[in-house]
Amino acid sequence: MPIDPVVPLLPVVVDSSSTLFDLPFREGYVSSIVYVSLYVSLVAVALSTLFSVPVAVLLGLAEFPGKRFVKSVINTGMGFPSVVVGLVVLFAVSNQGPLGSLELVFTREAMIMSQFVLATPPITAISLAAITGVDGNVRDAARVLGGTRLDAALVVLKEARYGIATAVLAGFGRAISEVGSVLIVGGNITGADGISKTRTLTTAIQLEARQGQYETAMLLGAVLVALVLTVNAVVVRLGDRGGRR
Amino acid sequence: MTIQRRELLTALGTGALAGLAGCSGVTGDSDEGGAAVAGETLTLTTTTSTYDTGLLDSIHGDFEALYGVTVDAVAQGTGAALESARNGNADAVMVHARGLEDEFMRNGYGVNRRDLMFNDFVIVGPEDDPAGIGGTGSATEALTTIADAGATFVSRGDGSGTHTKELNLWEAAGAEPGGDWYQETGTGMGEALNVADQQGAYTLSDRGTFISQRSEVDLTVLVQGPIEDGPEVLSNPYGIMAANPGVHENVNYDLAMAYIGWITSPGTQEAISSYEMNGEQLFFPEAVSEDPDFQQYVPEGWSGDSPDA
Repeated sequence: MPIDPVVPLLPVVVDSSSTLFDLPFREGYVSSIVYVSLYVSLVAVALSTLFSVPVAVLLGLAEFPGKRFVKSVINTGMGFPSVVVGLVVLFAVSNQGPLGSLELVFTREAMIMSQFVLATPPITAISLAAITGVDGNVRDAARVLGGTRLDAALVVLKEARYGIATAVLAGFGRAISEVGSVLIVGGNITGADGISKTRTLTTAIQLEARQGQYETAMLLGAVLVALVLTVNAVVVRLGDRGGRR
Repeated sequence: MTIQRRELLTALGTGALAGLAGCSGVTGDSDEGGAAVAGETLTLTTTTSTYDTGLLDSIHGDFEALYGVTVDAVAQGTGAALESARNGNADAVMVHARGLEDEFMRNGYGVNRRDLMFNDFVIVGPEDDPAGIGGTGSATEALTTIADAGATFVSRGDGSGTHTKELNLWEAAGAEPGGDWYQETGTGMGEALNVADQQGAYTLSDRGTFISQRSEVDLTVLVQGPIEDGPEVLSNPYGIMAANPGVHENVNYDLAMAYIGWITSPGTQEAISSYEMNGEQLFFPEAVSEDPDFQQYVPEGWSGDSPDA
């Protein structure tokens, strides 16, 4: 059955009358890879946000020599190929690597590490842009009104919140859509019962494509797009609600 | 099994909830939410052909139930599977390139190698067979003919067992693969078959992957392997080895040996031989035999009299 290009993706995926969903998957398979995808990406992005936003605030508000250099390093990080990040993390967690004793290779924790590395540059860079974009008068006003440096930082952070939300979404988008590093450090493992251990939507798509099953690969791709769309919608909605307060 | 609308919604819902749970559990135990793993985990690195045909998923349930353990099968291709074990990241390795296995054993990374099962390689191509290799009884002759005709040939180019076999065949044929007609895809077998299909090209495939994908592509077997009375050079034996605990002390050697014992046992060998796809047997077990087979434990051609001893 051809996919009608006019029909939006989401209804196609949830349309029960569609024969498209006769996927050769066992029960629980798709939900478990969706779970692993979300779990790994959300944890990585949450950790990365806790790290990146304070760094962006420090960089944005402080003046020091070499600041431009630090900025360009972060911007370069946005272009890191995920495969290379995967190889570096694999080297680190591999049995012979510096973290070998933790036995992290082919685990979700290793996947979270590599996605943390991938998500941090975009979150930091976009947050930094949002923070430096806040009118300097705002900060000055906070200080004039008797606020401490911390108060000023919080005011700036509040003003920059939409930009920071965009930064977090960009980091999430990078994490959940990349395939190179999670495949290398996670190993794309599913148990014999068909429940994913380290298989994500992207590595499942790669597996289907490797087997030449392009149709099921595209359907999993549609699930991934729907998922990213949902997460974005939720974040935007939360942002609007916060704005009205 | 089909997934109906309700199941999908439930799936998406639980996925979202689980994701949120994972989010709030950042500070907690990051292992929560996964299936409760009782006992130990065996990491088996293997080739795409054993995994993608569904064989391992179909038999591993028995082993897991028998020992109360989990098997993490990582499908990587022979070269990468052996490399993972070299780095101490695998407990057992199941691959199909004897030369590479021997090197792995000689370098001390593996112990207790057993012959496990075999199937064969076939040379497939478009039905109109532009180079005219159909009916050729010799694989090397067929490759020479393809090279002489400059007919498009798709190579895996990924260091896998199939790629290794292909390179050995070119060498045996005395032909130099290269030029516009020779395309390295760097992909798995399924993708390589699709590329060959789209380009009307020839390629070397393991029989299992070809059978599982035959309905999707317009390719046909032009040179048969030994299972269908083709040349012996196209045989495709799989071996299994445990990672040497003397090299990497934290590999799970006990479980690896339990696995090797189980997969070479009569019961599991029977399960392997009865695994079918589209009504055809994909793998032929060879671990159980009345006769001695010392060659499975040592590098090919090795004997006590050789200078290696």
